[in-house]
Amino acid sequence: MRRASNRFFLYVCVLAIVLWTVGPYIWLIISSLSYKIDLLTVPLRWIPARLTLENYYSLFFIRGSESVNAHLFFQALGNSAVVSLTTMFICVVLGVFAAYAIARLRFRGSNLMVLVMMATQLVPPIVMVVPMYVLMRKFDLLDKQIGLIIVDISIVLPLVIWLMRGYFASIPSELEDAARIDGCTHLGALFKVILPLAGPGLVSVMIFAFIAAWNEYLYAFIFTNAAAKTLPVLIGEFSTKLGLEYLRIAAAGVLASLPPVLLALIFQRFIVRGLTAGAVK
Amino acid sequence: MLPALLAILGVVLIPMVNSLWLSLQQHDLSRPQEDAFIWFTNYVELLKDPRYLNSLLATFRFSLLSVAIEVVLGVAIAVVLNQEFRGRGFVRGLMILPWAMPSIVNAAMWKWIYNADYGALNALLAQLHIISHYQVWLAEPMAATSLIILANVWKETPFTVILILAALQTIPTDLYEASHVDGATGWQSFVGITLPLIMPVLMIAALLQFIWGFQTFELIYIVTGGGPFSTTEMTTLRVYATTFRSLRFGYGAAMAYLTSLIIFVPAVIYIRSAYRKVVEV
Repeated sequence: MRRASNRFFLYVCVLAIVLWTVGPYIWLIISSLSYKIDLLTVPLRWIPARLTLENYYSLFFIRGSESVNAHLFFQALGNSAVVSLTTMFICVVLGVFAAYAIARLRFRGSNLMVLVMMATQLVPPIVMVVPMYVLMRKFDLLDKQIGLIIVDISIVLPLVIWLMRGYFASIPSELEDAARIDGCTHLGALFKVILPLAGPGLVSVMIFAFIAAWNEYLYAFIFTNAAAKTLPVLIGEFSTKLGLEYLRIAAAGVLASLPPVLLALIFQRFIVRGLTAGAVK
Repeated sequence: MLPALLAILGVVLIPMVNSLWLSLQQHDLSRPQEDAFIWFTNYVELLKDPRYLNSLLATFRFSLLSVAIEVVLGVAIAVVLNQEFRGRGFVRGLMILPWAMPSIVNAAMWKWIYNADYGALNALLAQLHIISHYQVWLAEPMAATSLIILANVWKETPFTVILILAALQTIPTDLYEASHVDGATGWQSFVGITLPLIMPVLMIAALLQFIWGFQTFELIYIVTGGGPFSTTEMTTLRVYATTFRSLRFGYGAAMAYLTSLIIFVPAVIYIRSAYRKVVEV
């Protein structure tokens, strides 16, 4: 009897945790599929009687006075995709070499370098924003995709190196020694032996890099104002402007969160391992 | 390797030095004729600036309360998810969802939930008969502070849960069996075994959450805008307003620097514990 009531209590707790974790997000999705008028009813019907894709259509298609939104939305989506994919690609390529060098070559001061990199992760972005703005204005990088990519690399690259270093360190170096005896160079050993083994690590690092760049807000918010605006900046702008359709913001929010959320859910095992190994954001 | 390191150092160190230099100057874009090197005047002024001091207080309130709740809730959720129940893998996987959400979407989502007319919070509380009329939550200092903390806790707790879950899984079960044989209650074995063994991980998680709490920008900027009556105006918002609204770049840089000195201590503790890990690997 006691056991049964314990089981019951456990399932109540689990249910509460699930509701708390997915509830707000589900509500965002429901809102994005609702008619405004239905959400005004008191008491509220949590699952509306009718659903609509109108809020999504209005983001994608030009319709009379709302045409500006469609244009802005496509532009922001494009910017987000270009900036985050380019950042991811550059960081993974550079990061793999750097992490390999740190994990294997063990030159003097390699530990110190790791520390310096970690320290850069803890510098509050707000400290960097002011001088970076001044520098970027000097080099004419404001409101340009390339400017944002450079800035994003400075956030993402240390993360990639930190995680990759952990994966490389977990692969026994005897494998490489064998390859080197067989006549491989350091680079050859990296590409033929280590990278295939570090495959899962590589996947998770790519996802981390993509999510970090895709979700980045503060730098994009300060350093872009029109042409290079990313999706997060556009959503921020939508939600600080008065009178803008809330449900359209909800739809844009759902779309912006889909890539990182789906990637994270699909590859959750990799992500969890990365999070616990690296303790990174 | 070297190019990667140089890139990181270049993108992080140059702005940091630049920022320090800037913070010792009067550099107002609106009054360029008064630009001058003024030593530490900006810093002295900051210590007397009531709006800045208020923002520090708001930042501490937000970060400390967030961390406290995240730690307690995180441990509680992790302990529940460490039990055996059906669908455990699935529920654990869900934890990744708030973590992966872009923080700007998190901000927009909670602003929508707290909305006075359409908000899910009002609807829920009214249906539970906790309130009789819909409230304008964000207009009230106490409520606004609690609600932004709630929104932050929702997004950040899963990170703690994931770290603690990993730590819980490393505790050998015979420890619990032994204490059970000795007649310990569930609570006693939690305090005597679980808590001490997860303490190192818990400390790391709390430190990181505190540092990140200090850096929070978009959540506050979107949900309350610093209001009501500046009760939620954190230093990040102050730096933003000083620099990019009032165009006082020197003063803004000094503000950013002074604020980051405060999180320097937790950052050093974090790096030292991470350093131990680097040396071990």
